[in-house]
Amino acid sequence: MNKPLNYAYYPGCSSTGTSLEYDMSSRAVCAALDINLTDVPDWSCCGSTPAHTVDHSLSSALSARNLDQVASMGLDSCVSPCPSCLANLKTAKHRMEDAGFRDKVNNLLDKPADTRVETKSVLQILVEDYGIENIRKKVVKPLTGLVVGAYYGCILNRPAELMQFDDLEHPMAMDNIMEALGATVVPFPLKVECCGASFGIPRKDVVMRLSGKLLDTAHGIGAMALVTACPLCQMNLDMRQNQINKANGSKHTMPIFYFTQLMGLALGLPEKELGIGKLCVSPRNVLDAIDANLKEKAA
Amino acid sequence: MKVININLSYNSDFVSQVEEESGQKLNLCYQCGKCTAGCPYTAEYDISVSQIMRLTQTGQKDKVLQSKSLWLCATCESCTARCPNKIDVARIMDVLRHMARREGYTGIRTVKTFWDSFLNSVRSNGRVFEVGLLANYISHTGRFWTDIGLGPKILPKGKIHFKPVEMKGKKEVTKIFMRFKQESAK
Ligand code: SF4
Ligand code: SF4
Repeated sequence: MNKPLNYAYYPGCSSTGTSLEYDMSSRAVCAALDINLTDVPDWSCCGSTPAHTVDHSLSSALSARNLDQVASMGLDSCVSPCPSCLANLKTAKHRMEDAGFRDKVNNLLDKPADTRVETKSVLQILVEDYGIENIRKKVVKPLTGLVVGAYYGCILNRPAELMQFDDLEHPMAMDNIMEALGATVVPFPLKVECCGASFGIPRKDVVMRLSGKLLDTAHGIGAMALVTACPLCQMNLDMRQNQINKANGSKHTMPIFYFTQLMGLALGLPEKELGIGKLCVSPRNVLDAIDANLKEKAA
Repeated sequence: MKVININLSYNSDFVSQVEEESGQKLNLCYQCGKCTAGCPYTAEYDISVSQIMRLTQTGQKDKVLQSKSLWLCATCESCTARCPNKIDVARIMDVLRHMARREGYTGIRTVKTFWDSFLNSVRSNGRVFEVGLLANYISHTGRFWTDIGLGPKILPKGKIHFKPVEMKGKKEVTKIFMRFKQESAK
C-alpha cells in the first residue's frame, strides 16, 4: 500500500451488543492491514429503520449529528460495518444537499451540521481502497476446502444511485474476497434477498419464512457456511437458526460468519480477537475441516 | 375481486402530497407488477406494493393508509432497484407510512410498538439499549417475550448489557426528538 488509509469509524449500536464479533473482527482485520480506524467521538444512534419509518427529517437529524462529529475529526471519510447505519448516514448526506430539507434537519439540531463527509462500508474500503490482490498477498492460512456462499442482504448496495458500490442484483465483493482467501465459493442465488430484517420480534413468522428459505438454499447448493456483512442478516440466520429449524422442520447447523471473521482467520489472527466463540451456531466442525485440509496439504 | 369506484373517492390532495413528500411522479407507474414480483413481503401484504401504487395514483387515500402492508415493508429497496420507470417505490412506501402515522393509523400494533420502543430507547440513551428496548416493547404489547428461549444461547456470549452504555451527548439526541415533536405539532 502506498498511501496510509485513515478513516473515522462509526461502529453503530449493534456493534456494542448483538454484533460484537463483527466489530471485533472488523477492527482486528483493519489493524492487521495497517488501515487506521479512529472511533467517531461520542457517536450516537443513526436512527436505523424505525426513525425513517417515522419521518425523514428526524432520521437525517440523528445521522447528521454523527456526520458532523466526523467532520470535526478532520477526516473526510467514515466507515461503518453496518449496512443499515451506512444507508442512513449516506441518505442524510444526500438528502441534505437539498437546501429546504437541510434547513428542516438543521432546525432539529443544536447547531447546523457539516455533512460533507463520505461514508463507506468496511467491505467497500477493503475491496476498493485496499484491494483484493493486496488482501490475497496477506493470506497466511488459506481457507482451503471451505465451501462458502456469500449473502449480501438487501441494502448493502441498494439503491444504486446512493450506495454506488458493486452490482445491485449480483454483487461480487464478498465472493471475490472469499476466493482470494482460498475458499471455494458457490454462487448463492439469493444474494440480495431480504432475511426478514428487524421483524424478528414483532413478526417472527416472517423471519422464519424468509431466513428459512436462505438456509434451505445455502444447504441445497452445498455450502458449508454462509458469510454475511450485515448484523441483522447474521443475527436472523445465526441466533434464530434453532427457531427456524423448529418452525420449518429443518435441521440446519450452518455456521454464519461475518466476512471479516473469515478474513481474520486467513490472515492468521487468533480466533479470540475475531469473536469466533460468540457465534451461536458453532463453526467448530467447519474450522477443523479447514485445519485438516491444510495439514494434509503440508504433509 | 372488490370493485372500487375511483371517481367517488379520488382525493387529489393526497396524490399531490405523496408526490411532494416523496419527490416521485406517481403517473409514471404503468402497473407492470415487477415491484410486487420481487417484494419479499408480498405473501404477507394485505395489498401488494403495485396495487398500493395504483391506489395511490388514483387518490384512494383511506384504502392506502389503512393498509397493513405499509407496516411490513422492510425498506429492502428491491422494488426501487427493479422498477423499469425508476420510481423510488420504497420511498413512497416510507412516505405513506409517515402519513398513516400522522393520521393515527396503527397498522400492525406489534410492529409500530417495536419501532416506538426502539426510538424511545434512542431518545433516552442516545444509542439503542437492547434490554431496555425489549422491556419497553413487552410492557406496551403485553406480549410474552417469544424469544425467551434465546436467553441461554446468547447470555454466555457477553453480548447483552443490562445497563445502557453512557454517552456524553445523549442530551443532544434527546433534544432532536423534542424539537421534532414540537415541529410536528405545528
Ligand atoms: S415496478 Fe414500477 S412501474 Fe411496475 S408496477 Fe411497480 S411501481 Fe409501477
Ligand atoms: S421496499 Fe418494501 S415494498 Fe419494496 S420490495 Fe422491499 S419490502 Fe416490498
